[in-house]
Amino acid sequence: MSALRRFVDKIKPHFVKGGRFSMFQSTFEGFETFLFVPDTVTSGSVHIRDGNDMKRTMIMVVLALIPALLFGIWNTGYQHFLAVGQEAGFWQMVWFGFLKVLPIIIVSYVVGLGIEFTFAQIRGHEINEGFLVTGMLIPLVVPVDVPLWMVALATAFAVIIGKEVFGGTGMNILNPALTARAFLFFAYPGDMSGDKVWIEGLKNGEGIVDGFSGATLLGQAAQNQTTFLNGIGEPITPFQMFLGNIPGSIGETSTLAILLGAFLLIYTGVGSWKIILSVFAGGALMGWILNIFAVNEFMALPFWQHLILGGFAFGAVFMATDPVTAAQTERGKWIYGFLIGVLAILIRVLNPAYPEGVMLAILFMNVFSPLIDHYVIEANIRKRLKRAKVQAN
Amino acid sequence: MENLVNIFVKSIFIENMIFAYFLGMCSYLAVSKTVKTSMGLGIAVIFVLGFTVPLNFLIENYVLKEGALEWISPSLADVDLSFLSFIMFIAVIASMVQLVEMVIEKFTPALYNSLGIFLPLIAVNCAILGGSLFMQEREYANIAEAAVFGLGSGVGWLLAIVGIAAIREKIRYSNIPAPLRGLGITFIITGLMGIAFMSFMGISL
Repeated sequence: MSALRRFVDKIKPHFVKGGRFSMFQSTFEGFETFLFVPDTVTSGSVHIRDGNDMKRTMIMVVLALIPALLFGIWNTGYQHFLAVGQEAGFWQMVWFGFLKVLPIIIVSYVVGLGIEFTFAQIRGHEINEGFLVTGMLIPLVVPVDVPLWMVALATAFAVIIGKEVFGGTGMNILNPALTARAFLFFAYPGDMSGDKVWIEGLKNGEGIVDGFSGATLLGQAAQNQTTFLNGIGEPITPFQMFLGNIPGSIGETSTLAILLGAFLLIYTGVGSWKIILSVFAGGALMGWILNIFAVNEFMALPFWQHLILGGFAFGAVFMATDPVTAAQTERGKWIYGFLIGVLAILIRVLNPAYPEGVMLAILFMNVFSPLIDHYVIEANIRKRLKRAKVQAN
Repeated sequence: MENLVNIFVKSIFIENMIFAYFLGMCSYLAVSKTVKTSMGLGIAVIFVLGFTVPLNFLIENYVLKEGALEWISPSLADVDLSFLSFIMFIAVIASMVQLVEMVIEKFTPALYNSLGIFLPLIAVNCAILGGSLFMQEREYANIAEAAVFGLGSGVGWLLAIVGIAAIREKIRYSNIPAPLRGLGITFIITGLMGIAFMSFMGISL
């Protein structure tokens, strides 16, 4: 470690202003602060004595994503071996999934960080760490069979159009990972939906068990079949849905793993518990209302099952809580989260084209979160003015 | 009744004037700098759309359409005045906008000043004429449907403009690349908002 420190110190003079590589200053700084806690202190009049800078915050979210990622890796292997009808051991499944998921993660990080570094160089600001999370979220919300060039394209779109044109991390209006997902979804629907893409190897169809179906549970529900079956026709219990060994995007299936991440986020204060709670509350309420008016099987699906199906939990915990694009005011967070839950279930059930409504519901509320904040603040101003007037009298 | 609710919801979210048809962009881009003025313009647009669409519906069905004049005398059954529809619709819209302008100037002069030229320009706002032409094309069955469609389109337009106004207020101090500042970034935001609104496409009511 000290050898590394010495090396960094040795090359540092080249990168500061006036040095030989001073144009690469932000790149150097990005790596230095990634390796070591920076030794600079605030010199202005405002002192925040907390080591919890953006890099540490972002790493915390990545840590929270690890359970979902590990489960996703295992589930990729599990679903594949189920599809080809082979017996396989635990490690065999993990290894298979690892080989499938790792390239997607690498592509997303390399493309995203490459663009991020380039922009930092050209525009002369520091490297923003926001992509550490986005780069991990993107692989978790795509189907495992997605072609790698699509991941690269979507990542580039999300980072450039979704974030950098607004001035980088902290300025964007839409969650970049969701922007990437929505871009893929609308640009290449054939590779992002249907019942062939969720399980590795199903699309080219070699060695698949006869009659195997790779439809997600929401896909089955959209066809009014709510006694869910897995690929080989065995029924799926609600406990399995909670555990997550069902087809779906890589990281979204296991509500259990997501909840582990949610506890970490809430415990460290990185994610807002108000948003998570209100998303679940909104979803449950809307599901319950649909239960009352049930005219088809999908609407009659018990409301609590909505919360453990598809990407609902993943979206609520990791996407809706994005501190940049969520509502900023405390009361706004309740409204924002609640409307996400309501809209997600509405789109999921009423729009036959998009059984996965959570992503679109969060994007929609991302768009309107500044408006919510605006009116919460306005209401607060009016309330205080009124109080001031009462006191003055 | 259910039909009316469907038309209302559909015209707000699914067939939003801005995000589905990109109509009425000029005032949408120009006035959306603050939430307050966009709210004012949005309400004016709701008002104008809500009145002109049913008025034009009456004109369309009792004057312009082929055979519409039959109620005067049976000999007029084969008169077709639909070539006049553009000029008639615009005349109704322009007079309604004139009325709105006078009302706003009288009661909220501050809003009148901040809207400036864009208030009279509602008369040539494509969303307004578009509303009447959609009404003609979709052949709504009665005046209630036409009125609800007009109101819904107006509400959708208001939602779009206050949404983007709040976003533009939020990003006012963002470090946006210089060439994109102002209109450039607004176009990009509109596109991204359009992606978000695509979630409703395909819902059949």
